Amino acid sequence: MMEFALFLGCTIPARLNQYESSSRAVLEKLGVRLIDIREFNCCGYPLRNIDFKVFLLSSARNLALAEKKNLNVMALCKCCYGSLKKADYLLKENASLKEEVNTTLEKEGLKYEGRIEVKHLLPVLHKDIGLEAIKGKMATTFKGVKIATHYGCHALRPSQVVGFDDPVAPSLFDQLVEATGAESMEWAMKLECCGAPLWGINDRLSMDLTLKKLNDGKKSGADYVCAACPYCHIQFDKVQKMILSQRNVNHPLPSILYTQLLGLTMGIDRKVLGLEMNEIPIGGIEEKLKTEAELAAERELAQQKETKEETESNKA
Amino acid sequence: MHIFIYGGFMLLLLMHALDKYITVALWKDYYSTINPFMFLRDLFGALVIVGVLIAIYRRFILKVPRLFSNAMDIYTIIIVAIIMLSGIFLEATKMVAYSDYKRMVNEYSGLSDPGELKSLEAYWVKEFGVVSPNLKEPFDEALLQKGKELHQSSCESCHARPQWAFAGYGTAKIIAPIGLGIDRARLPRVLWFIHILACFAGLAYLPFSKMFHIFASSISLLANGVIGKGKLAPANRATLQAMELDACTHCGTCSLRCSVIMAFEEIANRNIFPSEKIASIKALASGKELGAQELKHIQEGVYLCSNCYRCTVVCPAGINLQDLWFSVRETLLQKGYPEFLVLSPLSFYRGLMKEETGPKDYEKPLIQAREAIAAQCDLMKRKDKVLPLTSTERKLQSGLNLSAQAKTFSVCFGCQTCTTVCPVVGNYENPQEALGLLPHQIMHAAGLGIRDLAFGSNMLWDCLTCYQCQEQCPQGVHVTDVLYELKNLAVKRMREKTLQPVERK
Repeated sequence: MMEFALFLGCTIPARLNQYESSSRAVLEKLGVRLIDIREFNCCGYPLRNIDFKVFLLSSARNLALAEKKNLNVMALCKCCYGSLKKADYLLKENASLKEEVNTTLEKEGLKYEGRIEVKHLLPVLHKDIGLEAIKGKMATTFKGVKIATHYGCHALRPSQVVGFDDPVAPSLFDQLVEATGAESMEWAMKLECCGAPLWGINDRLSMDLTLKKLNDGKKSGADYVCAACPYCHIQFDKVQKMILSQRNVNHPLPSILYTQLLGLTMGIDRKVLGLEMNEIPIGGIEEKLKTEAELAAERELAQQKETKEETESNKA
Repeated sequence: MHIFIYGGFMLLLLMHALDKYITVALWKDYYSTINPFMFLRDLFGALVIVGVLIAIYRRFILKVPRLFSNAMDIYTIIIVAIIMLSGIFLEATKMVAYSDYKRMVNEYSGLSDPGELKSLEAYWVKEFGVVSPNLKEPFDEALLQKGKELHQSSCESCHARPQWAFAGYGTAKIIAPIGLGIDRARLPRVLWFIHILACFAGLAYLPFSKMFHIFASSISLLANGVIGKGKLAPANRATLQAMELDACTHCGTCSLRCSVIMAFEEIANRNIFPSEKIASIKALASGKELGAQELKHIQEGVYLCSNCYRCTVVCPAGINLQDLWFSVRETLLQKGYPEFLVLSPLSFYRGLMKEETGPKDYEKPLIQAREAIAAQCDLMKRKDKVLPLTSTERKLQSGLNLSAQAKTFSVCFGCQTCTTVCPVVGNYENPQEALGLLPHQIMHAAGLGIRDLAFGSNMLWDCLTCYQCQEQCPQGVHVTDVLYELKNLAVKRMREKTLQPVERK
């Protein structure tokens, strides 16, 4: 059985419970065991602007806690993921830095050797579990749903550190979205920033960037933008709602978390997925799930096709 | 620990201190010297002492990391310890005291025959720990047998065997060798005064100490329990928060579980820890005149918070700490001391809560922080910006060494790819006007060691950290990492200039 120490970070438990509950539900279906380490602290991301050492120590402490239990870490947040990866990379690369960090950690009886791996939810789903296994757990799929898939900066870049996917032409998330039967749209600003890092620092700039990105998503014909990071999602959801009221823009592009999208195809209860908890409603997507009758018709069609092919190949 | 102290103390309070009102009313045949009351009193006392010992062990011997002890914690432990120890010593000295024994014999036994008195005294010396000036062990069997009979007829109904009061009896045995001296010095009387005075001192200190949580915590738990999730009227919120400040017991649970604890390793400001923040806020709320430095430290402490709500979730007194931080943060930010932490993603939460603050109040600290930084950058203010050839500052270059990644600025050959791909630059028609130096120029400024231009450029603080520049740099310059480290250096410099360390009382 696959096991991970679940790294929730600060934002998810405080402001995005539906991401946690939907992730737990989906991963349970897929047979992944999640272990909670109560002592985990902030990954250090918000403090990188202020003090590099604080960031590094914060991340390193988390890594050391997981290593003590011999567990690989799975992050749901891409900023947490990027920070933990960065710290892991630096500690492996720079021996003197590692020694310095370990001297501080030792005060609590902790030490980081670099024996564990840090992963994000999406590569775990794609590589460790695999698309076929995921499809095997689906009760139904979507029909005619168009998704603007959003990768998120701190997962993709710097590619040398994170190794998430091809930084220029990634496809991992698109494949995961398409596995649910939805269509992952091509859009020019797919790999751009969501704008969240500047929310609260320079709101005007942050709003400009978010709107530009969402407008591009809408232009591609997408019905929803899909993220797998609390910062990106909150930016596309709660902050988009604030932007709409402030800038008199109509027609939002609602944001759905990937675990909500996947959870719906697995027949997980909508309450567990927290569909109502999104600020911009996404309830309409449930109507796009194929019904029992449609699924049966599809199966029949596939069977017919198979037998037809068989007879044809027999003839040949 | 808490249950030992609380449970033991409350039962002692009800059954021992208020025995005339409560215990007597419940049990008609109550005497403090018979069982089970005698045994229970000692048992409860022992529980409290065990609790106090655990508290001392945790705070001063084990030194649980991030558990701070202030004067109030120490006073409280001392008062409780004095009450308990004086009580046990009082019981012990009364056991050995010959004069007490004499008094009781005179009052209750009605014996006058010297032989009878002697045998009873012998029995009490042997079995009850009385230290007599006349008699010494061993005694012969017959004498004891006689004493026992007399004891059964006149004393037993009110006196259980003292071994049941195990704490007092144990102490009595230890102090027996100096028992006569104790009695002559009238120590039981002295101890009785100490015991009573300590109780009154505790009672007098109660409203001003953490022990007030006995009342405040229950009220705050109750209040937070019935208040719905909706918004509170500002006045009610302030009342609730004032109450919550009293409800804090300084138990330190919040600091043990705080998300940003590691910041304290590098930033020496105790206000980072919730339990210490609240102590400072108490001082602030009590109307104490705090100096600018102290206020700035509290402000930094309340801002250095990832708003993860964990402190609020774990607080055993049910205090809504998150809400309290938010109120105090906004109040302090309006006082006009620039806070550089507002230029970090810690502000994301503040952005989400912006509807709670007025638009003017919301923008003020953001503008202030940038202006404070710009004010330190003289070069930015000069219009022509003709640089003397000798102005290079080596310190800037050598300062960019935190991760060994930032040094890569030196290989920049000025192709401007970073600036071209930057989404922030792309957002402006005239980027230089809005942002100051652009990314490739900042790399160049770092190379030349021109600190002011790098620190004073809005580009530095408007960087998304999206890593587009770094990813696409053909020279492998870690552009984003360089920007990160420049921000660190700028904040460090500003902090050194504006924030002097405050000695904590």
